[in-house]
Amino acid sequence: MTARRLWALALGALLLLGGATAYTLRAAADHPSARAEGADAGFGLDGHPGALYFRDTASGRVARQDPAAPAARRVGGPRCDRFHAAGSTALCLQRRPGLPARSYVIVLDRQLRELRRMSLPGIPNRARVSASGQVLAWTAFATGDSYATSAFSTRTSILDLRTGYLIKNIEQIPLTLDGRRHHAPDVNYWGVSFARDDNRFYATVATQGHTYLVEGDLRKWSARAIKENVECPSLSPDGTRIAYKKKVSTDPAAPWRLHVLDLATLREHPLADPRSVDDQASWTGPGTVSYAYGGAVWSVPADGTGAPRRVAEGASSPVAVR
Amino acid sequence: MYLATTGRRGAPPAPSGVRRRVPATVLALGTVSLVTDVSSEMVTAVLPLYLVLGLGLTPLQFGFLDGLFTGATALVRLLGGHAADRGGRHKRVAGFGYALSACSRLGLLLAGGATGLIAAALAADRLGKGIRTAPRDALITLESPPDALGRAFGVHRAMDTTGALLGPLAAFALLWATADAYDAVFVVSFCVGLLGVLLLVVLVPGGRRETVGAARGPLGLAALLRRPAVRRVTLAAALLGAATVGDAFLYLLLQRRTGLDATWFPFLPLGAAAAYLLLAVPAGRLADRIGRRRPFLYGHGALLLAMALLLAPVPDALLVGGVLALLGVFYAATDGVLMALTGPLLPAARRASGLALVQTAQALAKVVAATGFGAAWTLWGPSTALLLASAGLAAALVCAARLLPADPSHGRTPT
Repeated sequence: MTARRLWALALGALLLLGGATAYTLRAAADHPSARAEGADAGFGLDGHPGALYFRDTASGRVARQDPAAPAARRVGGPRCDRFHAAGSTALCLQRRPGLPARSYVIVLDRQLRELRRMSLPGIPNRARVSASGQVLAWTAFATGDSYATSAFSTRTSILDLRTGYLIKNIEQIPLTLDGRRHHAPDVNYWGVSFARDDNRFYATVATQGHTYLVEGDLRKWSARAIKENVECPSLSPDGTRIAYKKKVSTDPAAPWRLHVLDLATLREHPLADPRSVDDQASWTGPGTVSYAYGGAVWSVPADGTGAPRRVAEGASSPVAVR
Repeated sequence: MYLATTGRRGAPPAPSGVRRRVPATVLALGTVSLVTDVSSEMVTAVLPLYLVLGLGLTPLQFGFLDGLFTGATALVRLLGGHAADRGGRHKRVAGFGYALSACSRLGLLLAGGATGLIAAALAADRLGKGIRTAPRDALITLESPPDALGRAFGVHRAMDTTGALLGPLAAFALLWATADAYDAVFVVSFCVGLLGVLLLVVLVPGGRRETVGAARGPLGLAALLRRPAVRRVTLAAALLGAATVGDAFLYLLLQRRTGLDATWFPFLPLGAAAAYLLLAVPAGRLADRIGRRRPFLYGHGALLLAMALLLAPVPDALLVGGVLALLGVFYAATDGVLMALTGPLLPAARRASGLALVQTAQALAKVVAATGFGAAWTLWGPSTALLLASAGLAAALVCAARLLPADPSHGRTPT
């Protein structure tokens, strides 16, 4: 190797490593360090009744929008990646930056003061609080926990605040599928939605390439599949209907469409938004569901009529707190 | 680690087998691999997080993207080997592969949220990986004395694995320092990848090597397979590959047995890689001393032991340590050793094609094995699947022991 080649190598290495360092330093300056921010004093769930809470994308914090003044947004909640609230409780899933994927589950009271914090392995995905605020559920993607290629596996936990009892992973719940007890290593649950009695719940179960809507019973500790091709169920406030994601296409870019299922008749109808929504819908009124799509929060009538309406720009995790 | 760091190309080989230096070209290629692996493992470590969190892709879309190219790389490998042999330009073909992978990071950066562009960038990365592997391994065999090939590959693989260990750590540090600026990871990975290409250009001697003789058939594979020794190695590699349980399954079984927290799951492969790193050079030297067939078979024996350990009632700490160490032994005694075993059986003019052939056969067999094991797991549960796989591997080992040809370089120069 000649001296000239060595110099060229040294110069090239210097340029490349210098460029990498400069870019990193600039990126570090651009991204303010994500500290675990709590809620501002006075920012709680006691706003106007029916106020819409959601995650503000720009700041990563929980924001509020009052129905009377939809243009005014107040950002003052804790930093959360997923948020849900009902009754006297709010649930915040917060991801810590960096690797390995690690997150926190934070239970908050009505003033959004922290009550309890647990670490959560994986990436936060779904969060739900029962209407009374007594029972909470959340789902995280656990990376690398799947034997088939690199597909994701989910872990769903349920916390009962009345007893303090935490079920880390509901995978072991005895499941009845097509009238028979089902045993398989690939059973995955996600997207829990609670009934008003704080005992019954609905969720998605996936096994052997199919997804099902399951109806579960916490006290009896059992679950039963009642319909196929239902993901991320969301029970209506009156407990009669379920809004959910239905897989309508094999196109991986746009597989889903929101539907509503009538639990008494098991009849379903598509909602007026034809786009592929990947979110657990949230009932923001007796006849309205809201969801995140394309970086904004949208609303659509639950009866299949009307048209989707953009409710909040730069937002996700919508929940109407009564 | 015992490593000679100097040694000019063309220097007369030292007489003693123990003291002899690893050829400078092998060290140069090892350095290139180290740097390149830092670059590629950085991206591999953050990609799932970036796609799902940064871009909001659904896991379904991510799985689709990830699985899209797995089969295609096997064929690209054959093309890369063929191209290198055809013009005798191993360095140029390998360099093209390295450059393609490096530039794919820039593609990821510019793709934004466009799924199609991300898919194209990932495809370019895999394409580059497929193209460069066979020419690089052929260069190692062409630059090393035949009776020290095992050690040469051991040194190369140890350096390569060092890069694979450093990559995720570098990505972790970057994400931590920049509060999840994925773009910084891609830019740094791009710069480091280009540095790898630069190192290849400057440090590895190029020039035209022996060109092909009469290569018949579309890739001249038929002519290679007409050699009984090549046929036997290819068959043995494919047979053992088809009886191998993928590491992902073993890590998953390990996690289930010990109830390991999912956060620590990504560290299991790092543990096995560390064992591989420590054992690659000793295993290569052992292969030079006792012939390469036996270490290759012992390596698969280590995998069999790891599987048996997963079925045995042993304490958690012993289970984790034992399985990771045995996986390290498996890789150390098989990956580079197989190349060292195959290299001398091939004519210099068809070296890259021949190595690509063996690698491709092994890789395709492993894909079949993973699919089969996944199906067996679903049908009969993990323990039965593991039991069946162990029986299959034991049977394959017996067959491979009869199939594998004697090492031509062994016996002439006992040390």
